[in-house]
Amino acid sequence: MTHITVMVDGVNYADHVEPRLLLVHYLREVVGKTGTPIGCDTSNCGACIVLMDGVSVKSCSVLAVQADGSDITTIEGLADGELHPVQRAFHEEHALQCGYCTPGMIMAAADLLRDNPHPTDEEIREGLEGNLCRCTGYENIVRAVRRAAEAGVAP
Amino acid sequence: MTTTTEAPGAELGKARLRKEDARLITGQTNWTDNIKLPGMLHMAFLRSPFAHARITRVDVSGALSQPGVIAAFSGADFAGEQGSLPCAWPVTADIVIPAHPPMAVDEVRYVGEAIAVVVARDRYAAADALASIDVDYEPLPPVLDIRTALDDGAPKVHEAGNKSYEWVFASGDVDAAFRDAPVVVERTYRQQRLIPCAMEPRAVVAQWLDDQVTLWSATQIPHVLRFALSAFFGIPEQNVRVVAPDVGGGFGSKLQVTAEEVLAVLVGRRVGKAVKWTESRSEGNMTVHHGRDQWQRIRIAADRDGRIRGLDVDLLADMGAYLMLVTPGVPLLGAFMFPAIYKMDAYSFKCTGIFTTKMPTDAYRGAGRPEATFAIERIMDELAAEIGIEPLELRERNWIKHEEFPFTTIAGLTYDSGNYEAATAMAKELFDYDGLRREQQERNDRGDPVRLGIGISTFTEMCGLAPSRVLGSLSYGAGGWESASIRMLPTGKVEVVTGSSAHGQGHETAWSQIVADQLGVPFEDIRVLHGDTLVSPRGMDTYGSRSLAVGGLALVGACDKVVAKAKVIAAAMLEASPDDLEFSAGRFSVRGDPEASKTIQEVALATFAAHALPEGVEPSLDSDATYDPDNFSFPHGTHLCATEVDTETGFVKIRSYVAVDDVGVVVNPMIVEGQVHGGIAQGIAQALYEEGVYDDDGNLLTTTLADYLVPSAADLPSYVTGRNETQASNRLGVKGVGEAGTIASTPAVVNAIIDALRPLGVNDITMPCTPERVWRAVQSANGGAA
Ligand code: FES
Ligand code: FES
Repeated sequence: MTHITVMVDGVNYADHVEPRLLLVHYLREVVGKTGTPIGCDTSNCGACIVLMDGVSVKSCSVLAVQADGSDITTIEGLADGELHPVQRAFHEEHALQCGYCTPGMIMAAADLLRDNPHPTDEEIREGLEGNLCRCTGYENIVRAVRRAAEAGVAP
Repeated sequence: MTTTTEAPGAELGKARLRKEDARLITGQTNWTDNIKLPGMLHMAFLRSPFAHARITRVDVSGALSQPGVIAAFSGADFAGEQGSLPCAWPVTADIVIPAHPPMAVDEVRYVGEAIAVVVARDRYAAADALASIDVDYEPLPPVLDIRTALDDGAPKVHEAGNKSYEWVFASGDVDAAFRDAPVVVERTYRQQRLIPCAMEPRAVVAQWLDDQVTLWSATQIPHVLRFALSAFFGIPEQNVRVVAPDVGGGFGSKLQVTAEEVLAVLVGRRVGKAVKWTESRSEGNMTVHHGRDQWQRIRIAADRDGRIRGLDVDLLADMGAYLMLVTPGVPLLGAFMFPAIYKMDAYSFKCTGIFTTKMPTDAYRGAGRPEATFAIERIMDELAAEIGIEPLELRERNWIKHEEFPFTTIAGLTYDSGNYEAATAMAKELFDYDGLRREQQERNDRGDPVRLGIGISTFTEMCGLAPSRVLGSLSYGAGGWESASIRMLPTGKVEVVTGSSAHGQGHETAWSQIVADQLGVPFEDIRVLHGDTLVSPRGMDTYGSRSLAVGGLALVGACDKVVAKAKVIAAAMLEASPDDLEFSAGRFSVRGDPEASKTIQEVALATFAAHALPEGVEPSLDSDATYDPDNFSFPHGTHLCATEVDTETGFVKIRSYVAVDDVGVVVNPMIVEGQVHGGIAQGIAQALYEEGVYDDDGNLLTTTLADYLVPSAADLPSYVTGRNETQASNRLGVKGVGEAGTIASTPAVVNAIIDALRPLGVNDITMPCTPERVWRAVQSANGGAA
């Protein structure tokens, strides 16, 4: 067991974890952040994306021990009193159906817009290539990211 | 008192943002895998590494000594109680339905079949302990190709042989239609095996308290599952509760009674603790039922002018190793759809269901209808090429004219509504059909290495499953009705209970819109409850684009009853006769005296108080209703796809995609458009990217999302959608939309690719049309190396 301290959605956690424990399992099962789901076991789907020190990571491909000392934002901590512009845009553009890919998609889109506040549609599609959605066909996801970009994502 | 209530019907057709979203965009979700119960244990399954083998020994004792392991069981440990997973659709009287134990006991018949289960304190410990189970296998020959599985001397999947059933249908004189036909075209098409890949992997939690069990499952069918657990596994129905919490997509893959669900219940009872199992994606790709997997031989006979005389279809359908819930019925859902929107004199259909040593197939978005639509829409293009007329022109010469509805097709279905001319005209315009045809000609003329192709799919489907008497005539094991209840709460708010079970479709929103209109209560005042047999005890669940076309109608019936009851009470409150009241926008008013009125909310409160109810009237406005449709519904549409095909690299780019759909009256256009988008994407995925591949030993090669290519945003085009509307013959005029896009888009894309390459001599490419396959087709057509 290894001792780690991690800030998750603004709260400090200190835990003893198995060295092999995946960050996503740490978040879901130890911290209780079940808002972040798991869609695969080969880092292909992006459902598990969180921000680690402000940068998007697939939390299924990071070990909890690697997150020691870091600051994690999950979908549950993204809204700051009110919805993040990307969350709002997903709602307004009907960019989700079952919603299973949505947390990862929103986190990835938030990160994308931080890098590139005014992406073209093609850049949005390329930028979200690591996130799979089986329901929407992506059309409305692209529209939502465009809308969030137009609304101006908070820095 | 003046109010500004909206006119009745104000909600229908409004693009209401979804009620479901608030929790889904903030992570306040309730996926089955989120559930944690006190003392809950975790299960992991040991699965067969062989496609086919006799099991001579299973020893789980090694697992028992592993840290954190509570129990371990083999199939033999449950032999007395695990029974056989049900097949609800024995399509013929002599169908072979082999026993299908949830855990194999003597023999395994596909890679991934469960053999043993470990129960441990956490999922890591459970998974670790699997390595300590000893199994001895005697490998048997796999059976992998349905084209040779019925040959003399072929190895057998089951003792009874490899044929499950043969189902035939004929209408009209097929021999006469083909005899002396000026044109006959015959093709064989491959419907590759697909893996559904709902983004949420399956998960189950079972908890026993006393003699009652609650099963939470990522399922589309909590009601069917409850019935199955009781009817086939001996747990009294009143003691079973099934809950489908938030469910992350299904597409038919969660329309199943699975080994893991049954075993969670049985193992939970055995160990006396709540148990949980969540599959990994690789496990899921191997063991969630697959879709499609057919060889389709199709022959069409026509006159020189293109008029279709007859159609003859001969299918081989891969059942996989066992028959699951509706495995054998899936091709039958296509049987009636090969004639599609076309008139003809005769039609015959035969399907042979064949066993292989692969994961069973079953319903996957469209279930039978995408396969049929693909074959007919592909061969219509081939027929057009053979005769030398424009493929759209050929379709128009044969399709049912809009003034001919209702029309009974050669397959015996009565299409109630539709307007193929209008949908096609709109699609052509949105697509710039003539402009693209001109560009295509120019490119062909100058020998452009990047060819342009135009693909057409003028599809229809049968959905709104289904009239119970029709299901009965097809030997299906259940009915096709749906149920709904309305609870009028004392404060005038409304609880709506539906028997359909949403997993992304947006029922909470659309159902609120329907009820808001019917009862005249605000959209916001309505809560829709579903997916828990304790809350919603009756239902047939969600699949086959049935929720709105069947469940929505049940809702209307339940609202009628509320209004009828409320009218009697309102009349007493207004000291009028019920016959003198009219109900509009949530208000009962005395005809001719609009000032004398009561809102339905006022009536609800008065009913609750029950101080002055008329003699013999119960103090309740609540109602239940069940709706059994008279007919299927028949959405249709015209989808047009333009592809650019690089003849040097084989790379296919979808340049534009236009879909004009007629799904009848639309409750929420935003949701409908979303369903169309997602459906198109899944159909394109079949055309270009996805295939479940087994190697020569029967190992699944496409176990991960790195190998099984579910497309990303970067792989798919933007879609242009349009809508034409003809009303279905039900009270809402609705048809259903869940499967339409998937059914339509696969042939549209492949037709476009072939259309681009036909001048080079290419007339078929097997799906998925990967760059390699496209390039090889071009090469062999060129006389180059294939
Ligand atoms: S769960 Fe992390 S990428 Fe799929
Ligand atoms: S909304 Fe269902 S997977 Fe994206």
